Amino acid sequence: MKNTIKQVFHSGKFLFGFIIFMLILLTVIIYPIFVTADPLAMLGQGNFFKPGTYASIEESALSKSYTLQIPKEFSKLEAVLDIETRAEIQQFLINQAGVAESEIDVTDAEGLVSLWKANYDQNTKYAGLTTAKRKALKRLDNEITAAMKDSGVIIAEKDEEGNLKQSKVIKDTDYVNIKDVTTKTFVLGTDNFGRDVLTELVAATKSSLKIGLLAGLIATAIGLLLGLLAGYMGGLADNIIIFITNLFTVIPSFVILILISYSVGDSARGIAMVGIIIGITSWPWTTRSVRSQVISLRNRDHVNLSKLSGHSMFRIIFTDILPYIASYVVMAMILQISSGILAEAQLSMIGLGPATTKTATLGLMMQWAMQYSAHLNGSWWAYFPVVILIALISFSLNLMNTGLDQVFNPQLRD
Amino acid sequence: MGKVMLEVKDLKTKYVTRFHEDVYAVDGVSLKVEEGKSLGIAGESGCGKSTLALSLMGYYFAPLHYISGDIIVDGQTISNMKPDDVRRKILGNEIAYIPQAAMNALNPTQKIIRFIEDVIHAHGIKMTKKEIYDMARERFAELGLPEEVLEKHAVELSGGMKQRTVIAISTILSPKVLIADEPSSALDVTSQKMVIRMMRQLMEKGYIKSMIFITHELPLLYNVTDDIAVMYAGQFVELGTAKEMVFDPVHPYAKGLMGSIIVPEEGMKAHELTALRGTPPNLKNPPKGCRFAPRCPYAVPTCTAMAPDEKEFENGRCYRCLMSVRKLREVYANGNESKPEPETEFD
Amino acid sequence: MATNQNQSPKQNSTEPKPCLSGRGLTKVFGVGKVQTVAVDHVDFDFNEGEIISIVGESGSGKTTLSKMLLGLISTTEGTIEYQGKPRDISTNAKKKEYWKNIQPIFQDPFSSYNIFYKIDAVLDDCLNMRGFKNLPEEQKIQMKTEACSFVNLKYAELTNKYPFELSGGQMQRLMIARIFLLKPKILMADEPTSMIDACSRATILDMLLKLRDEINMTIIFITHDIGLAYYISDKVYIMEHGKFVESGSAEDVIINPQADYTKRLISDVPKIYEKWDLDTVAN
Repeated sequence: MKNTIKQVFHSGKFLFGFIIFMLILLTVIIYPIFVTADPLAMLGQGNFFKPGTYASIEESALSKSYTLQIPKEFSKLEAVLDIETRAEIQQFLINQAGVAESEIDVTDAEGLVSLWKANYDQNTKYAGLTTAKRKALKRLDNEITAAMKDSGVIIAEKDEEGNLKQSKVIKDTDYVNIKDVTTKTFVLGTDNFGRDVLTELVAATKSSLKIGLLAGLIATAIGLLLGLLAGYMGGLADNIIIFITNLFTVIPSFVILILISYSVGDSARGIAMVGIIIGITSWPWTTRSVRSQVISLRNRDHVNLSKLSGHSMFRIIFTDILPYIASYVVMAMILQISSGILAEAQLSMIGLGPATTKTATLGLMMQWAMQYSAHLNGSWWAYFPVVILIALISFSLNLMNTGLDQVFNPQLRD
Repeated sequence: MGKVMLEVKDLKTKYVTRFHEDVYAVDGVSLKVEEGKSLGIAGESGCGKSTLALSLMGYYFAPLHYISGDIIVDGQTISNMKPDDVRRKILGNEIAYIPQAAMNALNPTQKIIRFIEDVIHAHGIKMTKKEIYDMARERFAELGLPEEVLEKHAVELSGGMKQRTVIAISTILSPKVLIADEPSSALDVTSQKMVIRMMRQLMEKGYIKSMIFITHELPLLYNVTDDIAVMYAGQFVELGTAKEMVFDPVHPYAKGLMGSIIVPEEGMKAHELTALRGTPPNLKNPPKGCRFAPRCPYAVPTCTAMAPDEKEFENGRCYRCLMSVRKLREVYANGNESKPEPETEFD
Repeated sequence: MATNQNQSPKQNSTEPKPCLSGRGLTKVFGVGKVQTVAVDHVDFDFNEGEIISIVGESGSGKTTLSKMLLGLISTTEGTIEYQGKPRDISTNAKKKEYWKNIQPIFQDPFSSYNIFYKIDAVLDDCLNMRGFKNLPEEQKIQMKTEACSFVNLKYAELTNKYPFELSGGQMQRLMIARIFLLKPKILMADEPTSMIDACSRATILDMLLKLRDEINMTIIFITHDIGLAYYISDKVYIMEHGKFVESGSAEDVIINPQADYTKRLISDVPKIYEKWDLDTVAN
């Protein structure tokens, strides 16, 4: 046993898959310890904020402000007048306004602007300019005017009589210390309800893993039990079980999944219910493969010897057959967990996933993103991390399965 | 003395297991097979005889690795050739190899004649289909195989017929050495006899110049080959003519092995079977001294400390034991009660 | 050194008592048009204390016959008599009772053990089967030690080992120790030496002979090796295509074969003392 486990961890594929899966699992466990906020709290009012750091406007407005004497290189005007704009102004002044080239100093922003203000008039139709150019100059003039304005924002409050009373004026040169106000960092932005995608994603992964595990356990338990009975008993029991299994196999399991999900109704569909529904529709292939394994074991000498020692059927099944297929069952369960997580995502995408406002699942996050057109308005952060995570979980589980397969069936190596 | 067809000098090869452990399955084997002669190699399972068969081909692929030694086929050293050259120039042309399950190598969807065409084309020989067919038909007729087989698929043939067909195909280019590793063990006795008869025909008609035959069935070996080598834990412990080896073995292990022969012949019931205690050593770390010492009924402390070399006595017979032949024979004559000291040739 | 001490069945003062008999025993596999007759109306009387060899090539039905006699598969037709009375294994309790009297040694020692059981558990199981479950521990250990020493194994070294840590020969000897503990009336040995080395074979055969002498066991020895059958058995049954073509004492059948099939079989086995004639092979 110890040796087997050592061997399993010698397999590069298994180890790689195991590390990825453990990282995901650890994140799911550790992250909520540090971030205790409700993953579904709506922090922002509005859809799909880009990933980044946000400061509270209200606090910024009300907290102590500092008037900074910004060097002129950093003034608004300097920012508006870039090299190309200055060249444009210079060209206008020379060609249209007839100012002598020697009078213009493009490095002096204030001088340039005063020349511009003196010579440019929005209502004059200057000759030698295209309409587009005229419009561009008009826009430039507006920009310069706005940049030169010094007035700030007035904050007013209503007093008891209902009259507005000015409480504070925020000037352009007013700044607040970022440490004085509350900031919020959304590493993966927010979703359509203004919820932090990262926190939501961690919570969703947890519930999806729960669903997958529950579905995998149920499917494996049912599949294993029926497979063992059918394979070992043979005859009539085998025929009946295989008939039922075939029945489930020929009807696409996803259709059954949809029908059951629909018929239990919205209110009953919680995390556990979805796990159970997926579990009870995905056992047939486990049954079939366990059965074929048992049939090949049934006529082994050690089973015959156990029979001849007078052991009961259940003892033979559980001590002489089950341990031999245990590795296979573990592998099958890993795949069942993986497909359970995918099935949940599929169900949720078509709106039959867990009907809940309390927890998110990976599938639900996808569904919300799709319903609010995240994929159309370019809010990649709302669905892309979810897709990556589903793929990673599935990939790591399948990698572990392949690794195990190579350890337990060495013929497959190379 | 005939021309030497296959000579092997101190060949050492190893296996690498899944856990990167080295298994020294062939550890210093030397042999010589002359034209028209056959050598049999006998030994228990796990003694390295099948690895030796693979190693003799000179074509090494993982997990088998070449360590040292020379393999000389008809004057040409093949152990230092590139694997690709060995495959194209030596295998099939000079050396043919037949494993136990050779008959399962036939693709069931192809007719037998296709395999023969394949062999010929793979060796770069230009022949038309008609020429190949005529040649194959002639060869099959010589070996007592019905011509219809050429146009049949493998599934239509019985196990014995399949095995004989495979042997005929692999010797179609008249190789100098045929290495047969348990070619008849999976067959019933009648098919086995036919396979053996065919191999003798191959030798008699000169389609193969020499043969190495590997099996654990000693009565079979006695009837098939001229010489017999007994292999134990990756080394030859004794080599001699078939008759000498079966009726007058010298090495204690060979003695034990020959004493375990059972044949359905009169007097067998009264025959005393030899039983050897213990199990062969693990070839991952073979014992320091004589490899047979832990199981040898005549072993003395020196045996576990010192590894014996292969020594020649009488014409061409070799053995690997610290004791002298005279002493060993004395011991056998007296029964195994007295434990003799080995000759102190080396102190 | 193994010595074949008993050349002939023990000469009892009384007539040989049949221990296991078959009348018109038949096994057909498959249904409808795809039927294979594995065993075809065979009759036999295996006497108490004898070693009986059933010799046949692969596909002759010898293993099917052995499984029917063991009660592992049902018979299609015919009856099996155990100690003169028809065998009744219709219920689980009756089967258990029958299996106290007949036990097997299988061909492949490596697949005969449950690899998850320790050797001690294998031996304990035998004691439980004989109803010694509640014996004091010392007595149990003594019995197990005795059984192991019967097959030249040291019980003390084995207790904590798994069967797969032993060599093939040792595993097969442990199987014999199991039989020694169970003391059945009949031992069904299905090619017990074909998977082990020639050098260990003599030890196993020696132990089977010792078993027969100590507990007057009937041994049914199934083999494809006619030389081995001749060496070990008192009586030989030659089986071809599900039928016995020849039977009789080992000397009679092997040295003076009457049936064509037996003659061919014997002539096709390589010989040492006589010439092995390669040319008289049927094409």
